[in-house]
Amino acid sequence: MQANWNWGIFFEQAPFGNVTYLNWLIDGFLTTAALFICAWIVAFIIGSFFGILRTLPNKFLRGVGATYVAIFRNIPLIVQFFIWYLAAPDLLPRDLSVWFKAELNPNAQFFILSTCALGLFTGARVCEQVRSGILALSRGQRYAALALGLTLPQTYFHVLLPNAYRIIVPPLTSEMLNMVKNTAVASTIGLVELTSQANRLLEFSGFAYESFIAVTMAYVFLNFVVMRIMKVLEKKMRLPSTGIGGKNV
Amino acid sequence: MFDFDWSIIEQSLPLLSQGIMVTLKITLTSIVLGMVIGTLLAVARISIYAPLRWLSAAYVNCFRSVPLVMVLLWFYLIVPQFLTKFLNLSPLTDIRLVSAMVAFTAFEAAYYAEIIRAGMNSVSKGQNYAALALGMTKSQTLIYVILPQAFRVMTPLLLTQGVILFQDTALVYIIGLADFFRTATNIGKTTGYEIEMVLFAGAGYFVVCFCVSLAVTVVKKRLKL
Repeated sequence: MQANWNWGIFFEQAPFGNVTYLNWLIDGFLTTAALFICAWIVAFIIGSFFGILRTLPNKFLRGVGATYVAIFRNIPLIVQFFIWYLAAPDLLPRDLSVWFKAELNPNAQFFILSTCALGLFTGARVCEQVRSGILALSRGQRYAALALGLTLPQTYFHVLLPNAYRIIVPPLTSEMLNMVKNTAVASTIGLVELTSQANRLLEFSGFAYESFIAVTMAYVFLNFVVMRIMKVLEKKMRLPSTGIGGKNV
Repeated sequence: MFDFDWSIIEQSLPLLSQGIMVTLKITLTSIVLGMVIGTLLAVARISIYAPLRWLSAAYVNCFRSVPLVMVLLWFYLIVPQFLTKFLNLSPLTDIRLVSAMVAFTAFEAAYYAEIIRAGMNSVSKGQNYAALALGMTKSQTLIYVILPQAFRVMTPLLLTQGVILFQDTALVYIIGLADFFRTATNIGKTTGYEIEMVLFAGAGYFVVCFCVSLAVTVVKKRLKL
């Protein structure tokens, strides 16, 4: 390997648009970050919903939760992306489908589809975490709340969930980090995010090592930011003197 | 809505089975090699020599913070020349298959290392001291006492990681290697039955992964974990 590094490449003019290569990178980074945030919101809501279903007394509802998890955990992410990409626009009502295909620009389409695919995929994992969090609470909490006259929904929202979320912050963090990495798969259906930018940079600038190192560092940076934020959150959510949400020092 | 036409699958079975072979090849090599390297990394992580510990930790953290897609592209786009030289390949070999295998092995080794390390930590310290007190050397302690117990505890996790790896092999799509998924989409694209083929591929992966995860529950019960 010859040492003809050229880190200045990022400040040179990109072939189209009045921007530098660095702007491409930043664009990709922002898309990846936005995809991560949107998909995480979807995953969190869906995961919590099915996670709660899986701990309810009703056998049928538990089965629904289990089916969701089984389906979304056992199909590779890339296949799920393709199923969304090929099938989802046609499943919409006719007018909406036409609007979706004709009016939205491709990147927005891909972004929405990627959000759904990634959100539901990670949702299955979040579901398992929420479920294990609720099951990890001592059964006394549930009985006590019910005995106090709280209804089942009240028991969940005021007693079980707040405690369960505190317990599962660390596994949720690693799920988030996984998701940051999984956003890269969105490049396969044509979303222009960091990984696609790495390929474009390589193609147009020809500096393979520089582009790939920069993009890899961008992923590491995003992971680092997420980890820091979650550390702070974990500290904030800790309940002192109960041991819930981490050890008391 | 869709009108599905599944006849296409029957016609393309021979091609698909070739794809399945590629998928299995990548999965099995990276499970076996990944576990071997992972064990070495895990052992290095608890070594008394600090540089070894740092090296192993750096390796694991590097691979765990980079997307698999990037790792695959790294090995495919940037280092194929090194691979050909390093592994002594003839120019005729399919570099895509080799780079995919190397990428998956390297990537999975990091994950296996973490699993095995956790397993080794779960073996109580007394075992270590007892073995040393009996006059075993350190490596004997590791090989005859610690690792066997660690692997017993770890079996379900290792299997689950295998399932994840099997699913992840579908990602070789991005380097154009004709594994099961890529073959399916290619056939779909050329014949116009893309949705059917992708759904079929999804169903195929689902069946395999679901069966293995059922097996994992059985294994867990057998091992009384």
